[in-house]
Amino acid sequence: MGQLKINQGLVNADNAKELVKICPFGAISYDGAKLDVSSACKMCKICVKKGPAGVMEYVEEEEPKETVDKSLWKGICVYVDHEGENIHRVTYELIGKAKELAAVIKHPVYALIIGKDAAKSAKKLLRYGVDKVYVYEDEALCDFRIEPYTAAFCDFIDKVKPSSIMVGATNLGRQLAPRVAARCRAGLTADCTVLEMKENTDLVQIRPAFGGNIMAQIISPSNRPQFCTVRYKVFAEPKPSDTESGEIVLMNIAKDALASGIEILAKTEKPRDIDISEADIIVAVGRGAKSEQSRAMAKELCDVLGGVMACTRPLVEENVMDAKHQIGLSGRTVKPKLIICLGISGAVQFAAGMKSSDCIIAINSDKNAPIFDVAHYGIVGDVNEIVPMLLEKIKEDAANV
Amino acid sequence: MNILVCIKQVPGSSNVEVDPVTGVLKRDGVASKMNPYDLYGLEVAMSLTEKYGGTVETITMGPPQAKAIIDESICMGAKCGTVLSDRKFAGADVLATAYTISQGIRKCGEYDLIICGKQTTDGDTAQVGAEVSEYLGIPCVANVLSVDDVADGKIYVTVSLDNIVVKESVKLPCLISVDSDINSPRLPSYKVKKTLTDDMVKFISFADFEDQDANHYGLNGSATQVERIFPPEKNTEKHSITGDAKEQASGIFDVLKSRKLI
Repeated sequence: MGQLKINQGLVNADNAKELVKICPFGAISYDGAKLDVSSACKMCKICVKKGPAGVMEYVEEEEPKETVDKSLWKGICVYVDHEGENIHRVTYELIGKAKELAAVIKHPVYALIIGKDAAKSAKKLLRYGVDKVYVYEDEALCDFRIEPYTAAFCDFIDKVKPSSIMVGATNLGRQLAPRVAARCRAGLTADCTVLEMKENTDLVQIRPAFGGNIMAQIISPSNRPQFCTVRYKVFAEPKPSDTESGEIVLMNIAKDALASGIEILAKTEKPRDIDISEADIIVAVGRGAKSEQSRAMAKELCDVLGGVMACTRPLVEENVMDAKHQIGLSGRTVKPKLIICLGISGAVQFAAGMKSSDCIIAINSDKNAPIFDVAHYGIVGDVNEIVPMLLEKIKEDAANV
Repeated sequence: MNILVCIKQVPGSSNVEVDPVTGVLKRDGVASKMNPYDLYGLEVAMSLTEKYGGTVETITMGPPQAKAIIDESICMGAKCGTVLSDRKFAGADVLATAYTISQGIRKCGEYDLIICGKQTTDGDTAQVGAEVSEYLGIPCVANVLSVDDVADGKIYVTVSLDNIVVKESVKLPCLISVDSDINSPRLPSYKVKKTLTDDMVKFISFADFEDQDANHYGLNGSATQVERIFPPEKNTEKHSITGDAKEQASGIFDVLKSRKLI
């Protein structure tokens, strides 16, 4: 770890101008005599690497940060997301990935389940090839409340010392993972789309970043455990085996550690809405197809194909469509058999939410639109012309059967 | 009740491009704005104080220019606000950001309720709120759909989990993150804008904090490190369907047919 040093002696009007321009965050300023870096600096070090030689320097701090003994931390743990006896399917997807990662470093795979009748659900996990399922069962853990769940989770980490922890990026996981990570002073990477394992047990976490068309590869080189969250439908769900394997371990925690300032008063099932993340066929519209006419056409195509409608973030922001139809980092992740993208440019946040779909067809009038980088079938053209012809063709075909 | 709302200045547009040759981020000239998700949190805060009394303050972490969004929050009805700004905070990940904000909140005063937006549009992690609450040692609840009542030192909220909606009471002080689209945020008042004075915005830097260990802030206080950044990989299985609209439509039809999708 270190900091940026400005060698003021080397600064001149020309290279100062260059540096001001090169900084992607506008953190460098020059007043005609002195170069300054403001707190907008994100320490990306582009000024050191790409700027005029020697002006900006990255100075390593003399005292290295204390590092952990990584050999004391063993195992990859998946947090079991559940509501009562229903285990969220993201859990199985994560176990599948955890087994792949664990194989690289020959670590065991653990599952951690916290709840009132957790042991019952724990048995289901034994068909998925985990080595151990750790169970915290208590009346106080009946419903999700942040303090007791965090206490149980941290008790598990203290006793078992897992190297990596994977949590589903559900509404519950998105609260629990950061709270636990903060208590452990551990690194946490949200919404990873690719995970890899290094020989030295560092978990390589890749996610779209800077809210733009860029991927960031992130590691926690001197902290354990390493936390990540992953959304539902990012990894494939493994098939359960016919036989059970692994061991269920009941854990004990002191009652007074489970105190909470939260009281659950009532619970109601959400009405079963259209869930785009479960759909097999999706027709998605973006800014290029947001007119009423285009959307009506898209809807017709969608109905003919038996799919559901989805959209990009701008359409939600403009109140053209409801947020539950939104695909992307701030919406849902989908993995359908077919997705037809109409008038969607394909920003990375959108692409991150749909690029593992089996078949991606995109129609856009801009031949340079990034959607064509993820599409299996790209069509440069006018949505309003092509879709009606396609509809006609499908109807003709249906009439001939 | 005294409420603190955590807000953030984000780029006006989320389209950041990478120069394919140099690998450098291209800065677009679009101005900064307040994170749109924070507006819902501000609206919840304002309507609570209208009903139950008390004041709303705001806090942000960022460069000195982030004062602009504190000004905006004051125009929406906040009493005053704080900018946490220091080069030592640069390069912070979730852990260091949350720690810095919690130190800043301790410095600002005591609050009954801290409100965050669901997430930011630039980081998209939705994690900082929960980590801040941990460092303040108070309960937190995310995905709050509505604040139904405040009574007997508790706040009554409706919360959206994945398949269920939960009504719960939470002891104050606590931190809540509110969902988006739960209200219609008010517009900033032009009248207030004309009366803004400099003493309404306070700047706090590292030197003001209780914890003076620089290793807890910024890049040094971060557990995660960005090893590299790279453009997303492009799909290799690519076909383009060309011709006039009719030929293109029939090309799509053939794909759907061959994949047994129609």
